[in-house]
Amino acid sequence: MSATVIRNGRIIDPANKRDRVGDLYIADGKIVASKSEIRNQKSEIDEIDAKGLIVAPGLIDIHVHLREPGFGHKETIESGARAAAAGGFTTIVCMPNTSPAADSPATIAWIKDRAKETACVNVLPTGAISKNIAGEELALIGSLGQAGVVAITDDGHCIQNHELMRRAMEYARMVGLPVLDHCQDYDLVGNGVVNEGYWSTLLGLPGWPAAGEEAIVMRNILLAELCDHHIHCQHVSAAGSVRLIREARARGVKVSGEVCPHHIALTDEAIQNFDTNYKMNPPLRSKAHVDSILEGIADGTLSILCSDHAPHAGFEKEVEFDQAPFGIVGLETELGIFIDQLVHKHHKIDIVRLIEMYTVEPAKLLKLDAGTLSVGTPADVTLIDPNLEWTVWVDQFQSSSRNSPFDGWKLKGRAVRTIVAGKTVWKL
Amino acid sequence: MSMNWNRKDLLGLRELSADEINFILETADAFKQVGTREVKKVPALRGKTLINFFVEPSTRTRTSFELAAHRLSADVINISATTSSLTKGETLKDTARNLEALHADILVLRHSSAGAPQFLAERLKSSVINAGDGAHEHPTQGLLDIFTIREKRGKIDNLHIVIVGDILFSRVARSNIFGLTKLGARVTLVGPSTLVPREFEKLGVTVSNQIDKVLPDADVVNLLRIQHERQRKEYFPGIGEYTTLFGLTKQRAKSLKPDCLVMHPGPINRGVEIDSEVADGLQSVILDQVTNGLAVRMAVLYLCGGIAT
Repeated sequence: MSATVIRNGRIIDPANKRDRVGDLYIADGKIVASKSEIRNQKSEIDEIDAKGLIVAPGLIDIHVHLREPGFGHKETIESGARAAAAGGFTTIVCMPNTSPAADSPATIAWIKDRAKETACVNVLPTGAISKNIAGEELALIGSLGQAGVVAITDDGHCIQNHELMRRAMEYARMVGLPVLDHCQDYDLVGNGVVNEGYWSTLLGLPGWPAAGEEAIVMRNILLAELCDHHIHCQHVSAAGSVRLIREARARGVKVSGEVCPHHIALTDEAIQNFDTNYKMNPPLRSKAHVDSILEGIADGTLSILCSDHAPHAGFEKEVEFDQAPFGIVGLETELGIFIDQLVHKHHKIDIVRLIEMYTVEPAKLLKLDAGTLSVGTPADVTLIDPNLEWTVWVDQFQSSSRNSPFDGWKLKGRAVRTIVAGKTVWKL
Repeated sequence: MSMNWNRKDLLGLRELSADEINFILETADAFKQVGTREVKKVPALRGKTLINFFVEPSTRTRTSFELAAHRLSADVINISATTSSLTKGETLKDTARNLEALHADILVLRHSSAGAPQFLAERLKSSVINAGDGAHEHPTQGLLDIFTIREKRGKIDNLHIVIVGDILFSRVARSNIFGLTKLGARVTLVGPSTLVPREFEKLGVTVSNQIDKVLPDADVVNLLRIQHERQRKEYFPGIGEYTTLFGLTKQRAKSLKPDCLVMHPGPINRGVEIDSEVADGLQSVILDQVTNGLAVRMAVLYLCGGIAT
């Protein structure tokens, strides 16, 4: 029996429309209504002073690469979970592009076992849409559902065959699994590595046009209508994607989109020194695109924030630009960047909406029993200091990898304590 | 003109000032004189080691650098992709560090990846000279083109330079654009819309798809090789149509001003981007470019090699 009281924090619980200063009570790993429900009051009550802090439901990141099985030199489920805890996340959703790909119940079982043994936060696996993420035939979507995946996605890849994607959508609807999609038209994108535009022209780097994302977002909207099933567009980077999703949502189409911090904090101007820490997929885009993404966040078109945490070893990134792998780590910087940029600098949303985009929205998409401080739910709680000024140092990351373009950035706002099922798993 | 040269590397013309470009050209003037002497060798880089590291095939540029280094009395080693450990999976960084451990003073790098020379320059104490990186820059080619124009026309300022062909994938075009615009030339890019995107106008040049409208006003026509072995077929429908629309044919050459220079970085495809008679005609300075390339590369090796420690 353990009990905790978090005192005098600003409790923001968007699921319950709650935003007030007060105390939060935790007993036996669950949220309880009042102090009277904490039995054994004599000696074992942990008191946490949260004065000046926000007490939020544990944050959820629905787009994380934990690299196991197969790429433990980049990240492990254990180290990735520590990075998540340090970033304020109590639940992370890991992508299936591992080796072997997470396209079978056996691999899902392995990931869940490994997470149970080693991870300090909740790790929820996704399964592949297609066998070996090859885009050719459906993976065992029903079995993956039974094995406990929360969604299916071929992230890192994109099914080009619209008919196959249609059948995946229909099948996923039967199984009750949402579909997440990395939107990339292979013909339009070709060997593109950076946004097609001024900087690709200047530097002679192969361009990745925004239309390469927008074409697949449009395809997905049509299929969501055709199949009457939800599709979620991952890491939206292009202005046209925002426009398409906005229009479709207004018509009631079951489509949503997520945003990564690098797509609002950086533009493609950053690639000019060929630093591969600015190479990700989809690529950094121009200011006009960034502005559209910010508007999409402000008006609710883009409803989920996430990292696309993509660890790579130093030796893998320290190569020629066009040959380097795509992706950057993000778990330990994303909350700070989003608070700093969206709330403090650009005033696009308030902190309540930001927390909602990290809790209620992803929980709704993936039908998770998480993202609230409702009585009786697991006591996953994140304490946030929205005004704390801090500096990012990659050498201090919990992640096994260091591939971040944000080293040395000064940010305002961060998580200061992460609590999973009533237990503090990280604190500043 | 007197100025201090303080760069150990030559990565591109975009990063150079007009003064720096002119300084290289003036240094090349002096080295061109050396080429006319009976003894063509000077001791400027005696005791220094230069490695020609060509990860992408090249004959002309590699030979030119090799000869330039010999004339400066440097010791030269040539390494190509097929003979290097890159084929065994060694990274570019490791290969280069091994070369540096052999006390190479100057590394001349040709590489298919844009930015590869900068990547090495940031990590090595040796001088790194870009001998062409992907579609990014080929600064010594840009310099030798500018040197040749300046030699024949006496200036660069206010000249109208027309570059024709596959601009999108051309490092030669980019180095020419950066260098020429810094020195005050007017640059027009001509080619099919698929290979000359409008985006180039943001680099301070004019884009045209109609060669016949542009040629009569040109002071220089620089024809780029149409690299059909590398072109994906969707960029243009065929070589024949390319020649019809953009080739410098005998007929088209008649519209050129009498003092207009015809240039080509080579290797040329006779009958494709340029008719054989035009390539060998009186206005052609194609072989002068090759000769001048030697002087320009001597100047670059001399200046950068003198900085490296």
